[in-house]
Amino acid sequence: MSNAELIGQDPGWVIVLKGVLIFAVCVFLTIMSVWGERRIVARMQQRSGPNRVGKFGLLQALVDGVKLALKEDLIPKAADRVVFVIAPIISTTACFMAFAVIPLTGQVNFFGHTTVMQMTDLSVGVLYVLAIASVGVYGIVLAGWSSGSTYPLLGGLRSSAQVISYEVAMGLSLVAVFIYAGSMSTSEIVAAQDQWWFAVILFPSFIIYAISMVGETNRAPFDLAEAEGELVGGFHTEYSSLKFALFFLSEYVNIIAVSALATTLFLGGYRALPGLGFTEQWLGGWFTLVWFFIKVLGFFFIFVWLRGTLPRLRYDQFMKFGWKVLIPFSLAWILVVSTLRVMSQQGASQGLIATFIFSIALIYVAITTLLDRKKAELTKASREIKAPEPSFPVPSIPNSRAEQING
Amino acid sequence: MADDLVPRSDEFGLAHADQSKAPITNQNTASFGKQLLGFWVTFKTMFKKVNTVQYPEVKEPTAPRFHGRHQLNRHPDGLEKCIGCELCAWACPADAIYVEGADNKEGERFSPGERYGKVYQINYLRCIFCGLCIEACPTRALTMTNEYELADNTRGKLIFEKDDLLGPLRAGMVPPPHPMYPNTDDSNYYRGEVTSSHPSQGIAKND
Repeated sequence: MSNAELIGQDPGWVIVLKGVLIFAVCVFLTIMSVWGERRIVARMQQRSGPNRVGKFGLLQALVDGVKLALKEDLIPKAADRVVFVIAPIISTTACFMAFAVIPLTGQVNFFGHTTVMQMTDLSVGVLYVLAIASVGVYGIVLAGWSSGSTYPLLGGLRSSAQVISYEVAMGLSLVAVFIYAGSMSTSEIVAAQDQWWFAVILFPSFIIYAISMVGETNRAPFDLAEAEGELVGGFHTEYSSLKFALFFLSEYVNIIAVSALATTLFLGGYRALPGLGFTEQWLGGWFTLVWFFIKVLGFFFIFVWLRGTLPRLRYDQFMKFGWKVLIPFSLAWILVVSTLRVMSQQGASQGLIATFIFSIALIYVAITTLLDRKKAELTKASREIKAPEPSFPVPSIPNSRAEQING
Repeated sequence: MADDLVPRSDEFGLAHADQSKAPITNQNTASFGKQLLGFWVTFKTMFKKVNTVQYPEVKEPTAPRFHGRHQLNRHPDGLEKCIGCELCAWACPADAIYVEGADNKEGERFSPGERYGKVYQINYLRCIFCGLCIEACPTRALTMTNEYELADNTRGKLIFEKDDLLGPLRAGMVPPPHPMYPNTDDSNYYRGEVTSSHPSQGIAKND
């Protein structure tokens, strides 16, 4: 019986209970991940991080939440009150909804009822996640716009431009997965990774998705929307108290959500690591939940690691990277993947496929060599630029030094 | 006039100062693999010993000459070294010290010599711990301790009075007021010839 059929048989109380459980897990994970992030980043900087509230500071995020809730809730005079209040709600709702189609476990016994821990199994599940993520951007844009203040507006605009650009790359990276899985349903994509994870056979797609998911969630090194040094706090500058807490919550739930999607699409979802398939039967199937969260938390660790390592990108470099590198590269990659797929489906011979792969590699090498040679020539030319000797005192010309360094 | 504007390129090594002629050394960005080494740095650091001092529980000793709270010192017999000269107050750039001197009277002596500091206040809301007062003090009455825990919750509590600043009575010291060591004057005190109190000083105090 497929997942969709299993879910279709769920009685009402199971659906409600699942919803509550998924919500609770998300909130709990958020609280723990805020703590985890602060501890891990602290260790990366040889600090100890929060360790005062509770054992190992475990309750720190909870206490912070209480503190935020008790703060005065300010709404600026210039703000558009209705939109100002709705914006954080949109953000938070959207990121929670993405979890509805993520399969957290395989078949389990749920209080005597056989089902899977997944709210619903849409045939276009991944598209639904992308759509919901886009709705989440509205929260950010509206927050920036309704604050009636300059920096939030700039932050909101940056953020929307960023999320939209990286969503294109993200969507393109998923196309290869759809082609190989032959489905857009999350559960069927997990099932299609029975033999090999898509992270292995579609490695470039995986890399593009991993990069664009960081851009999508406005996280370091792509956290331009809330660059403290430039925009104060970005779109949430004017927010305080619970409304700010909602944005905070949505940021972290979003991280968990894209990590969960990455796990589902590329790392075999709730399936065990290769060679440990027998553990999937443990605890009546519930052990798959552990596998799922190990993978998700692995992604979360990478998020933190990136934040601890990389400096923030400049805005133009960031957009250039998105549009001129990620998107063309994913387009080319999709062409290759779809050609290969069609070839194997039409029963092309092994030799033909090998020739195709070889010629693609050859073209790649040729292009990169040509580009390198051109770049070398440019560098050489720029080095030969001589500033004319000044015949009267002038401040020294900035010269081509800057160009030489950059180019 | 126009001659003045001709660049004197080689004089004073100005030619060397011209940035545009300096050789460019680091024009090649590190390779991608080398840039990834940064991830190893942060990962490695996670397993290093944490630098944080868990302050309220663990107190690291300060540097030996750390500028902390002030202390008003005593002579070995317990008399105060402060003579109420106000040089510390004058030296203070932050105007944190207030001194009122008074005459030592017969039967009510606080310091050897003529005068003593009757009122001595240091305002730790103003003090910048520069130590100029210590340099100004002619009798070594004022020194600084290593104590740095000076936070409090009212302004009044942070104005330290003479009682708060006076050093403790050590062995052989008798709390003033009491007379000077028999058959000495203030010069003997400053030369360090008085090394402890005389029985008569304690008796005099008890009277």
